[in-house]
Amino acid sequence: MWDYTEKTKDHFLNPRNVGFIDDFDGIGEVGSLACGDALKLTFKLDDNKRIADAKFQTFGCASAIASSSALTEIIKGMSLEEAAKVTNEDIADYLGGLPKEKMHCSVMGRDAMEKAIAYYRGEAEKKIEGEIVCECFGVSDVQIERAVRENGLTSIEDVTDYVKAGGGCGNCHDKIQFIIDRVLGNTPRAAKKPEALTNIQKIKMIDATLEREIKPALNQDGGDIELVDVDGNRVLVKLRGTCASCSKSQITLKHYVENKLKELVSQDLVVEEV
Amino acid sequence: MKPIYMDNNATTRVAPEVVEEMLPYFSDLYGNPSSMHAFGGNVGAKLKAAREHVATLLGAQPDEILFTSCGTESDSTAIHAAIRSHPEKKHIITTRVEHPAVKNLAEHLAKNGYRVTFVPVDRQGRLDLDYLYQKLSDDTAIVSVMWANNETGTIFPVEEIARTVRERGIVFHTDAVQAVGKIPINMAESAIDMLSLSGHKLHAPKGIGVLYIRKGTKFAPFLMGGHQERGRRAGTENTASIIGMGRAAQLAMACMQDENTRVRTLRDKLETELLKRVPCSMINGDPENRLPNTTSIAFEFIEGEGILLLMDQYGICASSGSACTSGSLEPSHVLRAMGVPFTAAHGSIRYSLSIYNTEEEVDFVIDKMPPIIQRLRQMSPFWKEGRIA
Ligand SMILES: Cc1ncc(COP(=O)(O)O)c(C=O)c1O
Ligand code: FES
Repeated sequence: MWDYTEKTKDHFLNPRNVGFIDDFDGIGEVGSLACGDALKLTFKLDDNKRIADAKFQTFGCASAIASSSALTEIIKGMSLEEAAKVTNEDIADYLGGLPKEKMHCSVMGRDAMEKAIAYYRGEAEKKIEGEIVCECFGVSDVQIERAVRENGLTSIEDVTDYVKAGGGCGNCHDKIQFIIDRVLGNTPRAAKKPEALTNIQKIKMIDATLEREIKPALNQDGGDIELVDVDGNRVLVKLRGTCASCSKSQITLKHYVENKLKELVSQDLVVEEV
Repeated sequence: MKPIYMDNNATTRVAPEVVEEMLPYFSDLYGNPSSMHAFGGNVGAKLKAAREHVATLLGAQPDEILFTSCGTESDSTAIHAAIRSHPEKKHIITTRVEHPAVKNLAEHLAKNGYRVTFVPVDRQGRLDLDYLYQKLSDDTAIVSVMWANNETGTIFPVEEIARTVRERGIVFHTDAVQAVGKIPINMAESAIDMLSLSGHKLHAPKGIGVLYIRKGTKFAPFLMGGHQERGRRAGTENTASIIGMGRAAQLAMACMQDENTRVRTLRDKLETELLKRVPCSMINGDPENRLPNTTSIAFEFIEGEGILLLMDQYGICASSGSACTSGSLEPSHVLRAMGVPFTAAHGSIRYSLSIYNTEEEVDFVIDKMPPIIQRLRQMSPFWKEGRIA
């Protein structure tokens, strides 16, 4: 049923700025048919480098169309610096609020804006930052973390409402919870009952911990780590990149990786390099 | 604005005759059918008649009819009865396209010690029967296959499946919620052991269901307590609704002909004209074996919610194949099981008619749909006159 504000309805029934600017200065495309919604945004600048015109094409539900329409109205007349600061909250506020489960529509608007500006500035299309956490919707840890931080999200359902991650098969729920816990500064839930782990759970958790916690830290120093096998409580790993040639690699491993795994997965784990 | 109601697989209008029959039992005739006094006993007599009407509609015996609170309860009761009467058997067979009333229960059981086989369907929504038969084993407690699918209207060969399943001595249940009243059913000549139906899909009120249980079928009650329904479902009877259900069963008998001629013709007109007038549109489901009242049409490259809300501007009521809440942006499990491509599944609309629809209404919808689709497609980045942009 209509659970939309009058303004949202109006922007759905009478969308502003539908179309495509052929001689655009910037273009941003987000979403896909498979995801259930997609937005193509184009804009044209005037002599003062302000947005003279903006147009959109949207595939999606009513609030996706209304959010796109709102976005184009908001950014017209803005400089690119101003437009870059438009948040998904601004889009939702402009419409008098969106139902919580439709917030992802406003996020899509902001993402398209960012991409269009990057296009204009000639910045290489930003690859999705971070690592894909939700395969179903192609959402990365960086995107999830940003949504959690910016909107004060506290549950997996919240994350699904804002960035869709977790709305499909549900395989990524543990990882999403992990990110939420990390952002909120909680001890990850996974650490709460280490005794009760089955082998499969243990391997999954070790893998997830390596991916979420350890890899990024090593990557920062130009190193990398790969899980080879888990044999009882022995965690066999391979080092790559600078870590492998680094004289301190053994120490790095023992202290860092093992401590992390002990803290987050199980006290009994020992790490060995192969 | 008077609604143009083409969402009868979701729920139906309560027939005026049914309302009339029910009203006294909310006011003056409030007696308890189990009471010794005539004031209650008269209500009991009325329930008996209602049970007979339902039995007649199904070609069953009155004591094979169990009244429940809804179609969902009937489904749950049937499946639980089968697994509790055969506690040693740990395997269940159902399909990938069941209503959540069966699907979610089966998934729940799969997490609680049961092996569950979900039989796949092809692109037309037809069941892979060989696959089903191969999976039958001595460990199988129940096979549950819906008679007709609520989203596409596809009718499954449940009579044939029931015969094969019976030869193996396995219980067969069918969720016939969408079939009863729309196609002829005769349990007297059937191998089906249990059958669910729901009142509000055939012009009785919401909150009344029926479970047919063939005489001799092992049964274990779901609700325990009083002796109502001969101990098979405790709880004081929902008298008014049962009486309404009985009246609706009588009407369904009388209207079956109309449903299969006039309603079918209206549905066919709606479908043919929409497919003709709207490019890149197609039928979901098996056009051959289909309920007479249902058509599910995929309008490619657009999303269902927008279509429904624009239809709503004209008071046209239907359903979409996708529920666009972020939690389930994916299109329906039925369309996905059939392998309907994403380009089509998101923009699928189900029209389900009833005897109350008129040709004028159908003409109105035929007239209003093409511009609605056109309008949304012009906004869609994927629409380039029939090709993905
Ligand atoms: C096929 C099917 N089974 C079961 C049900 C559930 O019936 P009820 O709403 O009475 O619980 C429905 C109704 O949507 C249905 O279409
Ligand atoms: S991987 Fe995230 S929902 Fe499937």
